Amino acid sequence: MRQASPVLAVRGATKRFGGLVAVNAMDFDVAEHQVMGLIGPNGSGKSTTLNLISGALPLTAGTISLRGTPISGLPAQTITRKGVSRTFQLVRLLPSMTVLDNVVAGAVFGHRRLWGAEARAQAETLLERVGLGGQGHLPVGQLTYIDTKRVELARTLAGDPKLLLLDEWLAGLNPTELQIGIDLIRSLRDEGRTIILVEHVMDAIRSLCDRCVVMAAGTKIAEGTPAEVLSDAEVIRAYLGDDDA
Amino acid sequence: MTLTASDLRNLVLAALALAVCALLPFGGSGYWLGIGVTIVMFTALATSWALFSGPTHYISLATAAFFGVGTYVTGLGFEVLPFWSLIGIAGLIGAVLAALVGFATLRLSGVYFVIFTLGLAELVRQVITWGQNMTGQRGLYVLTDITEAGIYWWLLGLSAAVYLGGWLIGRSRLGFALRIIGDDETVAAHSGINTAFAKVMLFMVPGAVAAMTGAILAPRYVYIEPSLAFAPILSFQVVIMALLGGASRLWGPLVGVIPFTLLLESISSNFPNQTTLVLGVAFLVIVYFLPRGFVGLLEDARGGLRKRAGGMA
Repeated sequence: MRQASPVLAVRGATKRFGGLVAVNAMDFDVAEHQVMGLIGPNGSGKSTTLNLISGALPLTAGTISLRGTPISGLPAQTITRKGVSRTFQLVRLLPSMTVLDNVVAGAVFGHRRLWGAEARAQAETLLERVGLGGQGHLPVGQLTYIDTKRVELARTLAGDPKLLLLDEWLAGLNPTELQIGIDLIRSLRDEGRTIILVEHVMDAIRSLCDRCVVMAAGTKIAEGTPAEVLSDAEVIRAYLGDDDA
Repeated sequence: MTLTASDLRNLVLAALALAVCALLPFGGSGYWLGIGVTIVMFTALATSWALFSGPTHYISLATAAFFGVGTYVTGLGFEVLPFWSLIGIAGLIGAVLAALVGFATLRLSGVYFVIFTLGLAELVRQVITWGQNMTGQRGLYVLTDITEAGIYWWLLGLSAAVYLGGWLIGRSRLGFALRIIGDDETVAAHSGINTAFAKVMLFMVPGAVAAMTGAILAPRYVYIEPSLAFAPILSFQVVIMALLGGASRLWGPLVGVIPFTLLLESISSNFPNQTTLVLGVAFLVIVYFLPRGFVGLLEDARGGLRKRAGGMA
């Protein structure tokens, strides 16, 4: 069965830092309402791929299209406005502002640009959504680690993006928080959001992803459902070395 | 746009304060009028400086460059054009110059920006000096019938415009964008903010205001030459006054300008050779004891009171 035109199409995306090829000719599609896991060992180029999509880094070669329109080569703010929104591997909040203003920032300048009472209402709805209802007045310095992650997630959702990029959003959470985090992302998935998930937590990948792309040393080595790729010999070799394959 | 009751109250209070300030020339004291001119001049310069540098933390030392350009606009044009139009032209040139500088440098981070803006004043000064050498002139006489009181009122009007503009910007998307950029530029870009555009737009404000201030003050100097019009100490004074008051609030710089002008005035009349020493000491005091200026001090005091009140409840 042929899929409908993908939300995101990555073709031959390549990033070189001097002589180092961090991302080598990546090809993949993300379909509407799909949660795609981007996995692989440390240093395999997952975050760099995400940076190429979000516009944090320019591509050396290749193209990336959002609903058929090329977005590669555009600055990050334009890509955000076109509807691609992301979290960061190390949480980035706006330290001088309250929780609410952090989320309002996403609503005011994002894909759907709101202002004033509308933006505040949107931000409050999203804080409720991520489990921080009524906490908007707090300064971000007082938050626990998972709550900072929630604020960042609410900020990326505030612009109502077409595509959400989560860069190891579940990393560093304790077991209880991890379950909360997985449930939260599952609820986004159930809303029908299109998500790319860079993740190391295998439980999360199994339970959340429709499809996975596996990277090793900058190259795509496997693609398919989580069950398929996690039993793929080459993937096991990439993670665990030759002896276990 | 909706105004709350406290917005209206603040506007009325500001208008009243403006009216009281406008009465100063009728006091009959030339000495205090002179100090009044200095205070409103630095209020306009430091407040507009803080509009940009407060949220973004970019320290601009370009004030003298824009100011000097403004004085030359008046110096070259006062015989052919009415005074008010020269102020407008100076503002336009200042804004355009700031936009050019902004596009060239605001992609640079902190230190490079500081050095570039400091060099800019020197560059413009050298260009004008060179131009004068070509034409054989030394300086320009600015002989007008504009009185000290007239200069004072012009500057007061400009300061009022800066406050009104700053208040409007603070409530606008642009002001919010600048605060986000100041907090984290990467987040700003990934929230959809055109960071370069926002910074350049706001950098044009202090550029225009400094040029207009220079244009208004040129008649007071009577004779202008590059070393006077582009004196780098002006840029440093503006930074010190704005930081002393606190650049995080619109009214912050004013709280620095008034005591600093009075202090500098009494120092320069009693110990005329020690003014630079005072500037240096003031800078050390700010850095060590008042990193957020008087504004920070007041906010800490208020926060402390609230905490104590909360503890008792």
